[in-house]
Parts: sequence; structure tokens; C-alpha cells
Amino acid sequence: MLKVAGKSLLAAAVLAVASPAVAQDTIKMGGLATLEGAFAAPGQDGIRGIMMALEEVKYMAGGKKIELITGSSDASPASAIRATRKLVEQDGVQIMIGPLSGSEGLAVKDYAKTKPNVTFINGTSAAQDTTLRKPAPNFFRFSTEGAQWMAGLGEYAYKVKKYRKVAVLAEDYSFPYTQVFGFLEPFCRLGGKAPVDARFWVPIGNKDYSSVIAALPDDVDAIYVALGGADAINFLSQYQQAGGELPLIGGSITVDQTVLGSKGKIRKTVIGTPSAGPISDTWDDPRWKAFVAQYKKLFAGKGGFPSPSLFAHGYYINTKAALLALDKVKGDLSDGGKKLRAALSSLKFESPTGMVSLDARRNAIADMFLTEVVEGPDGNLVNKTIGVTKQVSQTFGVKYEEFLKYGPVSRTNPPCK
Amino acid sequence: MFRIERKSGRYPLGINPAALLVVVFLIAYPMFASDFFTFQVGAYPLILGTIALSLTMLAGYGGMVSIAQMTVAGFAAYIVAILGTNSVGVMGLGWPWWLTVIVAILGAALLSTFIGAISARTEGIYTIMITLAIAVAFFYFVRQNYQIFNGFTGFAGIEPPTLFGVYWRDPTPFYYLTLAIAAFFYFAVRYGSRSTFGLGLQAVRDNPRRVRALGINVFLHRVVAYFYAGIIAGTAGVLLVWFNGRVSPGIVGVDMAIDILVIAVVGGMRAPIGPFLGAIAFVLLENFAIDLIDRERFNTVIGLAFLLVVLFSPDGLLGLWRRMESRIRLPRANARWGVRANRDDWHPAGSPERM
Repeated sequence: MLKVAGKSLLAAAVLAVASPAVAQDTIKMGGLATLEGAFAAPGQDGIRGIMMALEEVKYMAGGKKIELITGSSDASPASAIRATRKLVEQDGVQIMIGPLSGSEGLAVKDYAKTKPNVTFINGTSAAQDTTLRKPAPNFFRFSTEGAQWMAGLGEYAYKVKKYRKVAVLAEDYSFPYTQVFGFLEPFCRLGGKAPVDARFWVPIGNKDYSSVIAALPDDVDAIYVALGGADAINFLSQYQQAGGELPLIGGSITVDQTVLGSKGKIRKTVIGTPSAGPISDTWDDPRWKAFVAQYKKLFAGKGGFPSPSLFAHGYYINTKAALLALDKVKGDLSDGGKKLRAALSSLKFESPTGMVSLDARRNAIADMFLTEVVEGPDGNLVNKTIGVTKQVSQTFGVKYEEFLKYGPVSRTNPPCK
Repeated sequence: MFRIERKSGRYPLGINPAALLVVVFLIAYPMFASDFFTFQVGAYPLILGTIALSLTMLAGYGGMVSIAQMTVAGFAAYIVAILGTNSVGVMGLGWPWWLTVIVAILGAALLSTFIGAISARTEGIYTIMITLAIAVAFFYFVRQNYQIFNGFTGFAGIEPPTLFGVYWRDPTPFYYLTLAIAAFFYFAVRYGSRSTFGLGLQAVRDNPRRVRALGINVFLHRVVAYFYAGIIAGTAGVLLVWFNGRVSPGIVGVDMAIDILVIAVVGGMRAPIGPFLGAIAFVLLENFAIDLIDRERFNTVIGLAFLLVVLFSPDGLLGLWRRMESRIRLPRANARWGVRANRDDWHPAGSPERM
């Protein structure tokens, strides 16, 4: 007995000495999402996306174990940087997944430039300039951005719905700017109008829309609404109460499941509202259906949504990309992740929503969905898939240099006179 | 005066060995701490502590609880971004760094004076209400003003100067910079609390009517206190914008304003070391609570920890430390704190004595 004990002690000692070598058999991955503040619910769904991707491979990639360390921000750039810095510098993660919100992404990209040996992969932050202008060589975005998400919607509104003049209502920060730009650019190119004085910008968390509703012009054909979460519900129910008759066009998170599934009185207003985004709840493609089934299996009854949100989807795709690239390089990060980043840059893979690959600035090219709100068979409101726009790039197929001339997204771009 | 003499008599050379140990530790800290610990667990609490120190000075010595100290610091941060250089393409007038810093600190001090002038005629909860209103108004103003403050996005790409061949955001130099400034203001507040002005301010706190009867201008005393607090908070604001490299409305939001109040209260408002203790506790919890518990519940841990501190020690971590000390060295310490408690007994704003 004593001998055995002695041997195992010795073994333990050897193990302890050898532990640096053991440590190299695990790869530390950081996951950053907004687990506090206004976007806490989306943030938790983002983490679910990471876990789904890791669960699929049983937390193993390239023959190494993946250890996930999570961090939290409150959607402010400064808190995102503090959490990222902690994960990178203190916990020593070699791969970072995140952040969630647009302005956070811009901040993390800047930070990434100071840590060239760490690989940063986006969560769902969707501001345009995270990759378009002054990109970081080690920041990747496999989940597309807000302007891409609008693909097909401008054309649809002009050609099929025959709208010629729209008013705009959106939250006042970088992500809605990107969405408005993505919608208006093709819409106005076709000849549509969206006068600057008929664009209404409200702060996040605005509760009372009565003044906006009163100020909406009568001579427009529709209102383009890019609000998210509680803001969307507040506006839609108040608009219905006020007897608003104008048809709506929705941003990517304006008529998604988090809004349609709410208890607000919005039914009459939202039915028939077209929208576009990186996912479509009811797409009857086997890959998407398998993804939804897996999500339900893991998280139904554990706080998950009825169907994965675009946040779970975005974090899933980005994590998946990291795992696939790790497989390619056999988990070898000894060169400071150089090989991994080369593998990521040339990665092309089948996601639940179709083929994903990267452009020269490491922003994804992927399929986008055009949807319309309908009443489902059980009376629930769902998004019906109207069309899929194949392989949308960040520059809408225009050459990079040409596209830069469109100017950065803002409250007045494009002018659409 | 009485206490100072006692103090110098108690230790050889008049130096408390514990204080000496703290000084040596603070100076040697970057030599054994990692970059992360030097920068984010070292320098950041020093900045937050300095902002909270300005609140401690107003509340502890002046009886004026101002929620707007973070606003003052944030204003200085914004001035640095607006007058200096940034990468956003809005404002960024490109002034030399030293001029920017001076204008930022003075601008913050002026804003603080202005806040003081508005709120100094109020007492207790009304001071809190007015300063809270100013903080919220400033937050919404910078968030919706695009011409000067660049709205929700704010400013990024703000660099500290490279001076004497040193890049001042590198963890070790930045740590020493914040340490030097924090130490300077710490001693300034300590010294100031024993100066004529400081004693006058404490008198105003304890009984404004009696002070007025003596012919001292209570209002002016309070406003000047706000001016000094503005210099402290403004300087910390400059450090904060160099630390983050960016500034956006979130930094002057109500959350941050409350954080500063929490830091000051949890640390303890009786002495200028309190806010720094509070800031260290705050930053440690903010960074590491998520490792201790389920990631969906870590804010509960932070809240509980602060609740427990305040519950068991109404005067914060400082009070906790004193109680421990008085247990360990019963007779002498008791006498010492007994004397002190009688002398500058702090009445929370709106205590019966003043009503």
C-alpha cells in the first residue's frame, strides 16, 4: 500500500512538474458578450451560440481541449475593452470571440492591433467600420454586418411594394446608421426618396413615441423602422394605438422573434412588414432546421428563446470558424497563431445559413434572407422567407475603392434627396 | 494640531511602519505584477479612487454629497478629446497636449464650481437630487449633441503624449503617473483638511448657522470646495481618457456616477484613503467576480459584497479596518480613535443635528 502511495505521489510530482506541457494541450478561448445592461438577453443568447459550437465538437478541436472563459460587458466600448483586456492579459486566452454590440466592436478592433499574437473573432457586432476602414490584421468577422443584413430589402420595397418615398425611424448609434445605409443605398439608387428631415433618430431606451408619431409626414408611402427589443415593441404598440395606417419596413432586429413573441398589441401593425437579416426563423432548409432543433434540445426550458436569435447564430458561426481553423492547423498555436489566422483567412464553410467565406478585410460574404411577417398556422406571428440573396459582400459587389466613396455611415448618408 | 504632535511622537522618525510598508509596496508593485495587474488592477483603481476622493472631500469634509463628480471627470475627458487629437474625424483641434490638459482640468474645475454654485444653497437629499439632475442632463446632452461631442459614438484614438522617450500608456509608466497624481491629491486633501480652509469647511458641515453667525461666508466656502474637487476630478478625468483611449457618453452615465458613490461609501468617507480602498475592492470584484460564480449571477456577488460591507460597517472598509485594529491593540487604538471620533465626527447629510 505504502509503495503504491509512494508511486502515485511520485506520479503526481512528475505531473506537477510537467504541467506546462499539459497546459499546452488545452487552448483557451475567451467569449465576450453583454451579460449586463440593456442587451443582457441577447448577450446570453450569444453565449448559447458559442456553447452550441463547442458542444458539437465536445470541446475538442485540432486534437486539443478547448477551455471557454467568459467575460461580460454592458455594451459600452470602455467596458468591452476592460473585459477583453482581462481575458487576454490575465486569463491568457489565445482566441477571443466577441463582442456583441456595434460600438464595442470598433473598440475591440482597435485593441486587437496592440495584441498581434491573439486572434480576435467577432461576436455579432455589426458596425460597418469594424472591418471596412482601418481594419485590424488579426480581427475576423464571420457574422456579417448591418448593411449586408439589409440586402434585397431596398429593391423589394421599391420594385415589389412600389414605395417611392419613405420616412425613417431608428435608434441613434452606429448599428442603426449601418442598417439605414444598407436599406437606403439601393432604394435611393433606384429612385426612391427619404428626405433627411423625415428621418427620426431616437435614443436607445426611448419609451414615448407620441411626438415622433405626430411628426411623421403624411406624404410618404411607408416608414422604415430600425429599432430593437423594447424600443421596437414600444413604438409598434403605440403606433397601433394611435391608429397609424402607414405600412412599415423593418430592420433586422425590429420584427424578429424577440419582438414578435412579445405581449404588446402590435399584431395589426406588423403583419405584412418586410424585413431582411442574416437568419430567417422559418427557412425550411435542412441545415437551418437541424440548427434550430439542436438549439431547442440544448436550451429549451433553460432560458433559451423559442428559436435561436441572430445573436446565437452570429456567435455560433464565429466560434465554428475558429474551431474549423483550429482543426486545420491541428491546434498548433506555437507561432503566436500565425498559421491559425492564415487558415481563418482562407476558410470557407457551410453554416446553418449557407456558405460563408471572407473578403480581403476579413469580413464575411454570406447569404441574406428577405422575410415578411405573417400569421402562422397556430396564430403566432412568424417571419416567412420570401427570398435569399446569395453571397452578399460588405461592398455590395462594388469595388472597394469605389465603395469607400459612398462615405462613412451617418444620419444623413445617403442623402436621398 | 494636537493629533499631529501625538502622531509624530509615537513612531521613530514620526513614520508609521505600516504606512512605510504600503509606500514600498506601491512603488515596487509593477516589478512583480503582470502588465494586466499593473494597468487594470493597479492604475485603474487609482484613477477611480481619485475621482471618488473628490467626492469624499466634498461629502466627508463638506457634508455635500455630489453625484456629479463623474460628470466633472468626464467633462475633462471630453475636452482632451475635443481640443487634442482623435481618430474619429469630429473636432480634434490638435492643440498641444500640455495646453489641452491645462484647459481640460481648469474647464472641469469651472464646471464643478458652476455645479457648486447651483447646489450649495441646498442641503442633504436636495444636493443629491440637484447634482443627479445635472449628471443626467449632461449625459443626455453629450449623447445627443453631434457637432461637438459626437453623440453616442463619442471619441476614440486619444493618445497620451510620448514624453522623455516614454509612451505613457505603457503599463508601468502609466501606473507610476497615476500613482504620483493620486498620492499628490491624497496628501493635498489630508493637508487641506487641517488648513484654515479645511477646518472652516468642516465647521460649515457641522453647523452652518453658527459659522454664518461668526461672519464666515458659508456659500463661498462650499463653492470653493467644489472648485478644488473639480481640479481633483478633472485631473483624474484626463488620466481616464488616456487609460481608455476613448470617451463616450457611457462614461458620464448614471451607472458610472453611482459607481463612484459606491466606491466612496464602501471605502469609507472619514479619511482620504477610503476611496482608494473602495476603488481597489470595486475593480477586483468587477474583474474577478465572474470567475467565482455562474456568469449570469456575478453582478449579484458584487452587490452582495458591497451590501455586506455597508451593513456591518456603516463607515465602509475603513471602519472595518479600524474595528479590527482596535480589537488587536485595544487600549491605545481605542484612545486614538476615540479622540478622533469626538473631534471630527461626521454627520451624514441631513442628520437631526442640522435640521
